Amino acid sequence: MTSTDLDLTTTAVPRPATSTRGRAGSARIRFGLAVIIVYVVAAAIGPWLVRFDPVATRTQDRLKPPGSRLSDGSLAILGTDQVGQDLLAQMLQGARISIAVGLATLLLAGTIGVTVGLAAGYFGGWLDSVLMRLADIQLAFPSILLAIFIAALLGPSVVNVVIVLAVSNWVTFARVTRGQALTTRRREFVDASRTLGAGTWRLIRRCVLPACIAPVLVVATVEIGHVILAEASLSFLGLGTPASTPSWGVTIANGRNYLADAWWISTVPGIALAFLVVSLGVLGDALRDRYDPRLRSL
Amino acid sequence: MPPETTPLLQVRDLHTTFPLRSALLRRTVGHVQAVAGVSFDIPAGGTLGLVGESGSGKSTVARTIVGLEKCAAGSILFEGEDLTSLPPARMRQVRRQLQMIFQDPYASLNPRATVEQIITEAWEIHPDVVPRDRFKPEVRELLERVGLNPDHAARYPHQFSGGQRQRIGIARALALRPKLVICDEAVSALDVSVQAQVLNLLAELREDLGLAYLFIAHDLSVVRHISDQVAVMYLGRIVETASQQELFAEPVHPYTQALLSAVPDPLPWARPPRTPIIIGGDVPSPADPPSGCRFRTRCWKAQDVCATEDPALEPRLGLHPAACHFAERRTELVVG
Amino acid sequence: MTSEPLLSVRDLRVEFSTSAGVVTAVDGASFDVRRGETVALLGESGSGKSVTAQAMLGIIPKPAGRVTGGSIEYDGRDLLALPATATRELRGREIAMVFQDPLSSLNPVFRVGAQIGEMFRKHRGASRKEARAEALELMRRVGIPAAEKRLDDYPHQFSGGMRQRVMIAMALALSPRLLIADEPTTALDVTVQAQIMDLLARLQDEEGMSLVLITHDLGVVADVADRVVLMYAGRVVEAGPIREVYEHSAHPYTAGLMGSLPAIDGPRERLTPIQGAPPDLLDLPSGCSFRPRCAFASERCADEEPVLLGAPGRPAPHSSACHHAGKVLTDAP
Repeated sequence: MTSTDLDLTTTAVPRPATSTRGRAGSARIRFGLAVIIVYVVAAAIGPWLVRFDPVATRTQDRLKPPGSRLSDGSLAILGTDQVGQDLLAQMLQGARISIAVGLATLLLAGTIGVTVGLAAGYFGGWLDSVLMRLADIQLAFPSILLAIFIAALLGPSVVNVVIVLAVSNWVTFARVTRGQALTTRRREFVDASRTLGAGTWRLIRRCVLPACIAPVLVVATVEIGHVILAEASLSFLGLGTPASTPSWGVTIANGRNYLADAWWISTVPGIALAFLVVSLGVLGDALRDRYDPRLRSL
Repeated sequence: MPPETTPLLQVRDLHTTFPLRSALLRRTVGHVQAVAGVSFDIPAGGTLGLVGESGSGKSTVARTIVGLEKCAAGSILFEGEDLTSLPPARMRQVRRQLQMIFQDPYASLNPRATVEQIITEAWEIHPDVVPRDRFKPEVRELLERVGLNPDHAARYPHQFSGGQRQRIGIARALALRPKLVICDEAVSALDVSVQAQVLNLLAELREDLGLAYLFIAHDLSVVRHISDQVAVMYLGRIVETASQQELFAEPVHPYTQALLSAVPDPLPWARPPRTPIIIGGDVPSPADPPSGCRFRTRCWKAQDVCATEDPALEPRLGLHPAACHFAERRTELVVG
Repeated sequence: MTSEPLLSVRDLRVEFSTSAGVVTAVDGASFDVRRGETVALLGESGSGKSVTAQAMLGIIPKPAGRVTGGSIEYDGRDLLALPATATRELRGREIAMVFQDPLSSLNPVFRVGAQIGEMFRKHRGASRKEARAEALELMRRVGIPAAEKRLDDYPHQFSGGMRQRVMIAMALALSPRLLIADEPTTALDVTVQAQIMDLLARLQDEEGMSLVLITHDLGVVADVADRVVLMYAGRVVEAGPIREVYEHSAHPYTAGLMGSLPAIDGPRERLTPIQGAPPDLLDLPSGCSFRPRCAFASERCADEEPVLLGAPGRPAPHSSACHHAGKVLTDAP
């Protein structure tokens, strides 16, 4: 027996090290999850409760501060913008777009990244070298420049935002998956499956891929915050969602000219954005600490 | 004596090499000969014990036979068919009769699969062995066969002790009804009391199922206990091979003699004191093996001829094959 | 060899809190190590042998583990009652340890000579030059060939056996009075294992120090140990002079271990292993922990925890914690 430090291992006793302080980051995970659930619920049902009409213009209700009564008697809790649109309705609609863009980007970036990572990590050799050099090039290329390029080529649209963000975010997924695939394919139980006659596809699907899921989910949680922020930045710059789509970035950009007399137009979506991104970051960090402390450098 | 038939497994002049890559550009800068010309036979139902220290290449031999490493040269004949040149479809059919039990009962079981999934994987890969509706009863039977509670089929590996896990590994190896099972340090990681249980189980299975074993271990007492034939490896080559009785009673190669003299003896008082042969130095790198006899750098008998002439593995002193120019009978190492 | 022990462990209890519950890794272990004596602390996984060693050195992983009872007296002082600074001082100078895995115990970024020399610089205030000379001398003593050349090598440039020699050299640097070796040869090849055991025995003899060998391997210690202490599930189950214990085992566990070993000579017989699996420390049986695996077990074994008593009919220092010690002794082959 190559006895281990504590001599307790064969009795299926979980390592004492993880036990005394409760599970790592429980409070942080609960906090992050709660905030995110609030956002998701708001994005899902909000627009049904507070109707938003993107083409409506009510000049008499322009630039009303939060808490104002509007001309139709309704209460604008978060105020109105420069065309008299209710900011709350706009925010809720924007939440939908931010979250949708975030998820779609992760799905796309994740699919590309995990596929590339699996191929590089499992097969290794020249394929690994080529794919990982590609990833390095991708990382070295500024994503804003790429976004300008794609927006110029395809025009600003939600789909193009997703493409731009996916292209600039797959590398993280590829790196993490590759690392996991590299270690997993050398594990003895993979050799055991191979000895039974398992083919490559089966080994990847049954042995390697399941081992990648936890770290990839952790990375996804960290990345979604970055993606939502990046979407807002692109939209703010006019390279993201078109001006008619009320994403947070667009709303912040719209409010820029009125900062002096209607601070709330930019500030409120800014706070909402910051809070969501910070919560996602907290959740991602906590998940990473719990499930995969090795990823701490990301 | 068993009748003369074609051996189940014939390994002839097996070579396995690993590329040596430079750290910077990952260019191949040389080759490590992990296995450099190994030949042996295993008859049906027989057990060959392969002993050697780390770096001897014994595990690489096992991994090459089951196809986990690429064979660089030589042939591996299983029931007369050469595994190194079979078409892939036929290869899968032949290889499944050749299974392996791994060393580490923790690493060799997929932590995310239940015992049932671990065992039935073999039948999913080879659907003709057991039909799907027979999976559950067959799993129960296999678990009982290896001494586990069949009701535990839905459990995960971490819920078992080390010895129990090794039994799961044995059940997995038996799922495809192999004729040859390669045990790669299969009991080395187990506690003494549990190791004896698993050794007994392996012996029972051999009797009941007519299995042949290639039993790889560094523990000579264990190898002696289970093997009919024993081959001693050093730095990628077999240096001596004989029947179990003869090898332990009359080793003629200096390396075997040193190994035997170093075997820890739990009851040293009952015998005349042994003279341990301490061989100095370390195993040379397989990337740059010594010329001539590979053991000469650590051998107390080495002469000039050992550096120039590679000793052949042939019968010496009218006994069994040994690869030493100065083979010498020594019987006092182990009282027989 | 004086009669007063150098180290005296009494009723040692060590607990670990795990998410599944509190585990008593060491449960009332008592034994002595006399001056100049070699004691083998034997046991399988879960026996508590390594935790006992950790307790002796004050390196129980905290906060999960803690000593909850007993004393460890070293040269008349209770190590458990001493302030941390005092035990650290003792550990540096008088009690040294050699671990199973020398690679992870050596600092990979410092040259070996400097690491050995550091002991002299830190504890003896030696100059760089003196430390280097002392390190060289030590490396020669532990049998590292071409020591002058190897002084400036890094740990990864050494083989496993040579690394273990380096570890032993470091442990010997301050001429300790007690050396604790935790599975010192487990990671090594058979031939190297023999060399290291040989070296330890020789150095123990030269230095006159006490040696505690912690191992799961009954064979490797047979030649070098004077006495053996067998542990099972955190308790000492049998203790005595090693030959006496091996040849006249008075505990079914010891007898079972002996029966589990394949012999290197003589006729090949079916092994008589111990039934069942090593103990689950979270779910220990009442009374004697070995009871579920024991052929001698009776009702009394479930009701009453056996204490360590003199083995019936055997010479004095041989003791066993079994209600049926007498029967075990007469039934043995």
